[in-house]
Amino acid sequence: MSLDVEAIRKDFPILETEAHGKPLVYLDSASTSQKPRQVIDRMVRFYETENANVHRGIYELGEKATRAYEGSRETAARFIGARSSRSIVFTKGTTEAINLVRFTWARANVKEGDEVVVTEMEHHSNLIPWQLLIAETGATLRVLPIDNDEHKLRMDLLPEVINDKTKLVCVGLMSNVLGTINPIRELADAVHAVGGRIMVDAAQAAPHLQFDVNELDADFLAFSSHKMCGPTGAGVLYGREDLLEEMPPFHGGGEMIREVWTDHATWADVPHKFEAGTPNVAQVVGMAAAMDYLDGLGRDAIREHEIEMTTYALERLRGIDAIIYGPRKAEERGGVVSFGLEGVHPHDMATIVDQEGVCIRAGHHCAQPLMRCLGVPATARASFYIYNTREDIDAMIDALEKSKGWFS
Amino acid sequence: MVQLSLEELYKEVILDHYRAPRNKGRLDPHDVALERNNPLCGDEIELFLKFDGDTLQGIGFEGKGCSISQASTSMMTEKVKGLNAKDARALAESIKRMMAGEEEGDVETLEDLVSLKGVVKYPVRIKCALLGWNTLLEGLDEAGHTPAP
Repeated sequence: MSLDVEAIRKDFPILETEAHGKPLVYLDSASTSQKPRQVIDRMVRFYETENANVHRGIYELGEKATRAYEGSRETAARFIGARSSRSIVFTKGTTEAINLVRFTWARANVKEGDEVVVTEMEHHSNLIPWQLLIAETGATLRVLPIDNDEHKLRMDLLPEVINDKTKLVCVGLMSNVLGTINPIRELADAVHAVGGRIMVDAAQAAPHLQFDVNELDADFLAFSSHKMCGPTGAGVLYGREDLLEEMPPFHGGGEMIREVWTDHATWADVPHKFEAGTPNVAQVVGMAAAMDYLDGLGRDAIREHEIEMTTYALERLRGIDAIIYGPRKAEERGGVVSFGLEGVHPHDMATIVDQEGVCIRAGHHCAQPLMRCLGVPATARASFYIYNTREDIDAMIDALEKSKGWFS
Repeated sequence: MVQLSLEELYKEVILDHYRAPRNKGRLDPHDVALERNNPLCGDEIELFLKFDGDTLQGIGFEGKGCSISQASTSMMTEKVKGLNAKDARALAESIKRMMAGEEEGDVETLEDLVSLKGVVKYPVRIKCALLGWNTLLEGLDEAGHTPAP
């Protein structure tokens, strides 16, 4: 079944607003998505009828809040195919989830002489934590490069990059710049063969792709609510249950303990061991509502719609002689297209198209090593989601032609 | 002064300097060379300053980046060349205050630089517009022409 985009658009109040007096054309969902009424209403309902602290109240209202929060954990587990909700740790987002792995599993397992592998297309959030880990442990960072043509991972170099010293491979499931969908299972098999682990950054993939953590054979996987129709301030770290069990705690505080003395303490079971302090309850509940919303639309249908949008955008961009980065086929990429126009700097482009109500991103997209590899200081980027239409892409192309006109 | 629309700003001011930048190129010999960038956009400039006593006798720049960063730097070099260090600093400070919305921008002293005020409506681009001016201020410091205490 394909998406009823007109009906979906009615779910998103912000699409009724204007920018510079023109209808809003939002093509920056890879930065953050817009939020449907269903998610906004769910959070309002939580605050109006269920709000209390979780895991504490003896009273009925506290039970309601805890049910909403823990029910969200079940939803999140289903959303990514996790066998148990004990594998789901709530965080404030992908960045915190990746840093959690750095400070717990990695600190306990990565030593001097070990190697950690990243790729040339990583978002800074899946690069900087590992640079910091390397600096404190004396381990070595290895980089899997991308090719110069379609900017895919150089899987042919895998045997050189992954070896007996490899403790961890950190890779994005989908590139936020190029849209490239990476072969996670192949990377997981390679690192598991040498006894290492894989950390998957699914921030860009979770809103768009149906995936299953067991099929990917991911040891850790992180994603954020705000890119998938949910609120900011919520995210998920999936961890294999046996790994989570072995790991030391992350933050210390309330909620994550079993018994406390003045000089020592014991820890709560997973996943609560990793959730110190009062969590972002309403945001987590909103995130689960977003997952239900996306599942309700059908994740295959979402993917199909995005392939259609991306195919159309690639075709129209080629028509105005844009330089396009990343895989040529829409099937090999998510709904993200980075591009350039000869003679027009991306920042000028983004400012000028903004005058027409069109929101695109321009910059390094938190991937400076990738920009260096592409040989540009910045790119323009359009990204598509469930509420985007061909008319949105037409509006962008018209606006881009206008920016070209200014510079010609 | 009537505020320029974005299109007028680009077409009447920015693009002229972007296409035909003044004082573009390395200046040798120089007293100070400074490379600065705007990490958000990847705009880069390298500024060369040559002094004769207190007077900024020569100025040149190399750079790449968005039109606002490059044009604003070109306009800056045109305006400060031949000024004494104190006046160059005062001009740069005045532009910064104008871009921060702290002062109107005096047409008498700033002349066509006042048009840069059009960028104020686009807060993320203000850094682009100020890249050259901030680099100039650092260059004056480096040359020992520090502000009066």
